[in-house]
Amino acid sequence: MTHYSAFSVFRHALRGNKTWGRAWRDPEPKASYDVVIVGGGGHGLATAYYLAKEHGITNVAVIEKGWLGGGNTGRNTTIVRSNYMMPGNTMFYERSMKLWENLSQDLNYNVMISQRGQYNLCHSPGQMDAARRRGNVMRANGIDAELFDRAEVRRRLPYLDYTENARFPIHGAIYQSRAGTARHDAVAWGFARGADRRGVDILQQREVTGYLWEGGRIVGVQTNRGDIRAGKVGLCVAGHSGHLARMAGLRLPIETHSLQAFVTEPYKPLVDTVISFGAAHFYISQSDKGGLVLGGDLDMYNSYAQRGGLPIVEHTLASAKALMPSVSRLKLLRHWAGVMDMSMDGSPFIAKTPVDGLYLNGGWCYGGFKATPASGWCFAHTIARDAPHADNAEFTLNRFERGYQIDEKGMGPKPNAH
Amino acid sequence: MIRINCPICGLRSETEFTYGEDASVTRPAMDESAAQPWLDYVFNRDNPRGWHREYWHHAQGCRQWLVLERNTLTHEIGTCRLAREDAA
Repeated sequence: MTHYSAFSVFRHALRGNKTWGRAWRDPEPKASYDVVIVGGGGHGLATAYYLAKEHGITNVAVIEKGWLGGGNTGRNTTIVRSNYMMPGNTMFYERSMKLWENLSQDLNYNVMISQRGQYNLCHSPGQMDAARRRGNVMRANGIDAELFDRAEVRRRLPYLDYTENARFPIHGAIYQSRAGTARHDAVAWGFARGADRRGVDILQQREVTGYLWEGGRIVGVQTNRGDIRAGKVGLCVAGHSGHLARMAGLRLPIETHSLQAFVTEPYKPLVDTVISFGAAHFYISQSDKGGLVLGGDLDMYNSYAQRGGLPIVEHTLASAKALMPSVSRLKLLRHWAGVMDMSMDGSPFIAKTPVDGLYLNGGWCYGGFKATPASGWCFAHTIARDAPHADNAEFTLNRFERGYQIDEKGMGPKPNAH
Repeated sequence: MIRINCPICGLRSETEFTYGEDASVTRPAMDESAAQPWLDYVFNRDNPRGWHREYWHHAQGCRQWLVLERNTLTHEIGTCRLAREDAA
């Protein structure tokens, strides 16, 4: 397998770029593996990568019903950040941020991490107080956070609406300078290549349709192209966690909802950072190709459809216009939806399930992409050691019966409100 | 765009309605003392891929609560009844 470097680019260029090899194999499955991961998105591939790299478990298969990164890994707005304040979340997302910072070097694959910073705007004195509290929790945990007043936000982001009749006046913002964006496809491909070169089999176009059972324990999966036995089965299928858990007889504290995202036509460099609106659910950044990337709110009703409704299109674009009036003439180039595991407290699960042999990674709500490296790292630890790492110890399924919800937004058990 | 056939107002756009919640969960009897039925009621969901019974509120219309059957894969709408009739 080629080690990617400036030298390899030069060497292949001299040969007319005709001798590049595959980035990963397309193997025939073995009859049995130590671990089978269901779901070939970022989280599943990262889990396989860290199982091999950190725990020496290389007899692993990743099973994907479509193609790698064709689900939510390819459908998000590519934002990475670690501005969480609830115990259980804070250090998990900071682990992810630290892994992001070195991910391209670790994988020998350019995931185009760009730490361009992220602003969460505040539109009332109450929001400023909440932002100050969040920032203090972050800084107490060694995470960077800065609080800016209106004048400083205006100096840094002069293109927002600061007029007298702005619908939601900007009072200030909380800023994380290490936050930013990464290239989502490259994250899936980088982890796939890294896992493959350590011996992991990546099996695409193969849908799991059930489990193999022995004495009440799961010992493998049934797929539409044959059975595969496994010592342990890990689910990384956020969006469809409820569906695959139900095949194992589990009901989860999760509902599936669709979330839309948008890209405008390419435009000259304008937004050199990530901005989250505080008055409505809306966030904006600019891709390296120039398109403004916009994200909004859920469609609010349960959906597995991977497409959204027009009312949210209007809502998102109205938010864009309220925040940045200058975007009003831009045309939308593309628009899509992903299906989210919306959990009952807005926080994820990385845990053993009550079913022997089955492990769950899901419930990512809006926040799965930024979590990708730490999610894989912690899930690999949980599967390999049969016990969680300290950073995912709170992401259990039984936290609801124990009264230990991690409700960052304080919305209660309303999945579409998180 | 989803259009919902309100039993009182007729076929209306989804923008007139507010989604409530899963209508298939039922509250345990008030003297239920076991934890599991309450846990299932408050937190756990079937989350089906296919037909789903759910509450919608016709907030910008007749202001009645409705019980709707809707397919979560296709967004096809099935039966729509007044919630108070559905409960009776």
